[in-house]
Amino acid sequence: MTIPTPVLQVEDLAVCYGKVEAVSGVSLTVPPASIVTVIGPNGAGKTTTLSALMGLLPVRAGTIRVDGQPVGTPEVSQMVDHGIALVPESRELFGSMSIEDNLVLGAFHRHRQGARDSRQTMEQVYDLFPRLRERRTQAAGTLSGGERQMLAVGRALMAKPRLLMLDEPSLGLAPLIVRDIFRILVDLRQAGIAILLVEQNARAALQVADHGYVLENGTVRMDGPAETLRHDPRVIESYLGLNSKHQQMLAS
Amino acid sequence: MDPSIMLFLAQDGITNGAIYTILALALVMVFAVTRIIFIPQGEFLAWGALSMATVEAGHVPGTLWVLLLAGGLVFVLDLWSQRQRRDRRALLRSAGWNVAYPLVLAGLLSLLPLAALPQAVQALLVMLVVVPLGPMLYRLAFQPLAEASVLVLLIVAVSIHFLLVGVGLLIFGPEGSRTQPFSEAQLELGSLLVGGHTLVVMAASLLLIGGLYLFFGRSLYGKALRATAVNRNGARLMGISPALAGRLTFLLAALIGVMAGLMFAPLSTVYYDSGFLVGLKGFVAAIIGGLGSYPLAAGGALLVGLLESFSSFWASAFKDVLVFTLILPVLMARSILSHGVEDDE
Repeated sequence: MTIPTPVLQVEDLAVCYGKVEAVSGVSLTVPPASIVTVIGPNGAGKTTTLSALMGLLPVRAGTIRVDGQPVGTPEVSQMVDHGIALVPESRELFGSMSIEDNLVLGAFHRHRQGARDSRQTMEQVYDLFPRLRERRTQAAGTLSGGERQMLAVGRALMAKPRLLMLDEPSLGLAPLIVRDIFRILVDLRQAGIAILLVEQNARAALQVADHGYVLENGTVRMDGPAETLRHDPRVIESYLGLNSKHQQMLAS
Repeated sequence: MDPSIMLFLAQDGITNGAIYTILALALVMVFAVTRIIFIPQGEFLAWGALSMATVEAGHVPGTLWVLLLAGGLVFVLDLWSQRQRRDRRALLRSAGWNVAYPLVLAGLLSLLPLAALPQAVQALLVMLVVVPLGPMLYRLAFQPLAEASVLVLLIVAVSIHFLLVGVGLLIFGPEGSRTQPFSEAQLELGSLLVGGHTLVVMAASLLLIGGLYLFFGRSLYGKALRATAVNRNGARLMGISPALAGRLTFLLAALIGVMAGLMFAPLSTVYYDSGFLVGLKGFVAAIIGGLGSYPLAAGGALLVGLLESFSSFWASAFKDVLVFTLILPVLMARSILSHGVEDDE
């Protein structure tokens, strides 16, 4: 049996803000068509890791491989070129432009590469998020928090990424909407997209993920199959809590 | 002052106002997308006008040498920045646009009987020579500074302005030129004589404004520029690089500047340093729109044009003073009317 080449493989990643090392020695692997989650408390370096992988922050050290091919220092345009899309925590939507224009721009890079099927991709995104279709002419800035997150994910999907990186997609959203979004992540995995999910909502993340990493103080503290992590007493104590049946029900 | 003089002044003011309008639109656009206050906008006007005058006289315009030189520099810079990652396609494209294109154009210009060509062809040639200098300028001066603050970008813009004025003196000399109007026709409307060139200016400006409206509202690249103006980081994540947006914006700004120059040169004698004052009037108009609103900038430009033509009748010595004084009440009104804190971006 051969192990498929991981979509993304990171070894000993180090990222600095000035002289302060925010992330050091982080290694992680995202196999194709799988959901990998990185959980951890505030300030553990989760967002920093994603930003560095996308080329938004300079990488101090480490090797990054996409499909087994090493990429030197990642640059945003280069990572987009490799089929990697990031949905940042701040969403970064084009507030004064319509939903449809936001989606169209999601396919900008593919259009430059010569692809002319964005109309079709848009229909798929609308099928995934029917609410976006209802409001297609509305300005993105007028949407609610959940709709913004849907638009941010939809816009990223317009690029037909092979790896979708999501930074705290559940942040500030009602539990029912979180459940919707996570269900869609499972659908996307079904469709063959690899997902790297950074979450503070560890319970929901470990529920859908195949593999999990626990990040603390800029280093990987634990890692393993999500199923194992979910039952690990240290994870339960620090991140899942004991009496939160309610959340568990919402996340299922 | 009788009605016929008034109508004449109004016509004059609207004609100039149309030119200030498109300059103001270019300034607003460049600032929105790149955060650069594009002081050298006027130089493109002067270079367009003077290149046209040179071509009319049957000579190859000096801007061609600038194009050859700037293109060469851009290619060397691209080579240098690609020294680690040898992206052959990118280099080939760079060589095509920055080296091959100017050379082909140089060959074309040296073969064609420039003075004998129809005026529209001459104007087209001038655009082909001067407009590509816009993106080249962005590549050389601003792309390496894309992350700099608005103030740094302004300082660079001012120094580029002085550099271009100097180069203008070198290639065009100190003499001023005036070009042939695009139409000699005279249209009689009651007591008013409307010059054909006035109509050409109005029509060209309206066409340009309509074209920009369609470009920004409908085309993917126009939307990409708007997206960059709205959210730079979001645009980067979509693969719209600031460098691409900057080059495209400067291409449009240069096109607008050269078109303004071609329309302006038959109205008034243009010298190598005339661009600055005209550009500054466009800037006043853009400020009336708060450097952010296209319709207000256009309205402001018409106001500037009318104020200028009427004050040149009543107090010609003070006409520029009056136009630039207009900015004071506007700034006061804006600061009184604006509430809240403006974002840095």
